[in-house]
Amino acid sequence: MNVLIYLVPAALALGLTGLVAFLWSLKSGQYDDMDGAALRILGDDDVAD
Amino acid sequence: MAETLDLSTFVQHQDGTAHMVLAVEGVACAACVRKIEGSLKRLPGVVEARLNFTNRRLAVDWHEEEIAAVDLIAALEGIGYRAHPFQADSSETEEARYARFLVKCLAVAGFAAMNIMLLSVSVWSGAVDMPQETRDFFHWLSALIALPAAAYAGQPFFQSAWRALRARALNMDVPISLGVLLALGMSLTETAHHAQHAYFDSATMLLFFLLCGRALDHAMRRKTRAVAGNLAALKAEFAHRFDGPELVRVPAAALKPGDRVLVRPGDRVPADGVVLNGSSEIDESLVTGETARRSVAAGAAIHAGSVNFSGTLTLRVTAAGSGTLIDEIERLLEKAVAARSRYVRLADRAAGLYAPVVHATAALTLVGWLAVGASAHDAIVTAIAVLIITCPCALALAIPTVQVVAAGALFRSGVILNAGDAIERLAEIDTVIFDKTGTLTLPEPRVANARDIEGALLARAARLALSSRHPLAAAVAKEIGKGSQTRTPFEGAVEEPGQGVRAMIDGVEARLGSPAFCGIANVDPVASGTSLIAFRYGAASAVLLVRQALRRDAAETAAALRALGLDLMILSGDRDEAVAPIARALDIASWRGALKPAEKIAAIDALKAQGRRVLMVGDGLNDAPALAAAHISLSPISAADVTQAQADAVFLSERLGPVRDTIVIARRARALMRQNLWLAVIYNAIAVPVAILGFATPLIAAAAMSGSSVLVTLNALRARLPACSAAGVTADVEGAIEARAS
Repeated sequence: MNVLIYLVPAALALGLTGLVAFLWSLKSGQYDDMDGAALRILGDDDVAD
Repeated sequence: MAETLDLSTFVQHQDGTAHMVLAVEGVACAACVRKIEGSLKRLPGVVEARLNFTNRRLAVDWHEEEIAAVDLIAALEGIGYRAHPFQADSSETEEARYARFLVKCLAVAGFAAMNIMLLSVSVWSGAVDMPQETRDFFHWLSALIALPAAAYAGQPFFQSAWRALRARALNMDVPISLGVLLALGMSLTETAHHAQHAYFDSATMLLFFLLCGRALDHAMRRKTRAVAGNLAALKAEFAHRFDGPELVRVPAAALKPGDRVLVRPGDRVPADGVVLNGSSEIDESLVTGETARRSVAAGAAIHAGSVNFSGTLTLRVTAAGSGTLIDEIERLLEKAVAARSRYVRLADRAAGLYAPVVHATAALTLVGWLAVGASAHDAIVTAIAVLIITCPCALALAIPTVQVVAAGALFRSGVILNAGDAIERLAEIDTVIFDKTGTLTLPEPRVANARDIEGALLARAARLALSSRHPLAAAVAKEIGKGSQTRTPFEGAVEEPGQGVRAMIDGVEARLGSPAFCGIANVDPVASGTSLIAFRYGAASAVLLVRQALRRDAAETAAALRALGLDLMILSGDRDEAVAPIARALDIASWRGALKPAEKIAAIDALKAQGRRVLMVGDGLNDAPALAAAHISLSPISAADVTQAQADAVFLSERLGPVRDTIVIARRARALMRQNLWLAVIYNAIAVPVAILGFATPLIAAAAMSGSSVLVTLNALRARLPACSAAGVTADVEGAIEARAS
């Protein structure tokens, strides 16, 4: 069972990384325009319109 | 006269760049995003342009020395998008900040709930052969996650519960906070004593579920508010202000007392004021409900929202609300708002019953177990387990989820809610009172006898009317058939002030204007409230009658409302002769005309005294106090600003159908709220005895709580079903906005 001593904290650290990543994405405004992001991906940067 | 547009009130400056937000109309697809951003970024001086597709707002940063704000708007106009400068009000910014906070809380609670559940499931499944040290290790880890997470993610509930307690009231957040705190506290002492059961997972999962409901509720409210904000930007009026000898176009909101403004024929008066010179007739239907026009000359006081009909006026702006009528309305409004009893919402009523019962049950459990000889420790643990399992997860989700889904359904049928408790109050009404002018009738007058006039002739008249700024011509111009290619004005049309407009069409002279201007003699006199405009094309001629027309589906809606068992009534500020035909057309027996704002309130109070619950639908400034006095109120989007601020909900459509849809959706929503409350009660009726007997292990608590939450949420989704409107059409919000704009 000694394996738990580092496996469980490793699992928690991974979860915490996910949480921090989400909070960062929220802070950087990535959820401000959900519909727009879905449409922007359709545009071609290298084609002049 | 050349005239500049001054947008400085909307522009913010930072580090040498100017920043402005525009509400853009007609953004429909992926191509629009690229087109708008691309064309702006190509302009010299524009640093950044970013369109938010979700709320249709465009943020632009640019160097003001290189390009002016007006040119940005002109550039957008050039590629086919109308843009209106937009200023977020403080409440919207505040809500955006709180919404973000709720999502952060949700993320923290979600992380904590998932990881603690991971540990808890291991403890439950290994309950038999897990060494005690491992179990304690898992419990301590859970505590390490749960305590900081609950301290952060529980804030919305703790704060709200604290506010309620300080006001000596109970709301749903009081039992929630108590349940969470006791669950955490008990689990901590149990863990310290190497005991088998800890409830860290229940506490965090509870927070997670409840935050889901709250965040959704908030997101829905923000969505409707964003649309309402864009509509306000689109409705914002501009005024022609004299800066010395020059005229400058400024937003009406930027006018100050003492400013002099020019009001041309066809313009809406931008602010309250006194006429300095000029004389004209003004249409005050949005202010008083009266459809006959009033003559004004120098010295007369006129109100914002009136439409200038014939002559050009110069106006000195007076402090807002200084006219006698406005004064009276403000006074009545204050009184009506003060008299309004605070509505106790269903959730708070349920909480008022629920909290004492639950807390008493827990106390009795404690006493009961002590009485049968259990140890103090066991008795306390069981009592707290009762509190945890009854913690109103389902109860606190039962109403907000229905609220979110119903608000979404209303939003799709073109109704924007202003008040949070509007749905519950709407469901209770038994009487609907309509204002006439602008509510039962369309806000702008229409040609009444369009059907009697030959189609081609009417089409020419309508196209010629595009060249005139006169309000009567604007009514004629509305007769242009939709989709016809002839929507451009005739070339070379000349407007003769005070008489009409003329042009040569295919070599034949056409005139639109007063009968004399068109050479028509002996016109039959018409009833007051109706205006004449004549059209001549060569030898053919026609006299068009312009008056307020009923909304297209007014009669159907009146019948549909009666079918719902509601009593209908008309209270109008207009003269009796004008109200009677409308009442007859709609088959509404009880109506009163020529009412002052105070008399409208008196009529509503009389109904209230009979125990009736009144829905008031009105748009005029004179309706504002009546809207505040009624149990619940609705306004069309064309209503005066003061009035719209009083209304609990606003509908966007040109039709009256949304009034019926609103009531149907609200009634169904309230039925679902009640069902959900009963589901929660049944859940408790099963779960509480289990807990009292001491069988509520953490596993059972977790299963019961998530099961009941999912059940009420699924039931709430039924409020999404279409409202099956009488006309079978639900106005799409965006469509309605577009229709208004064109």
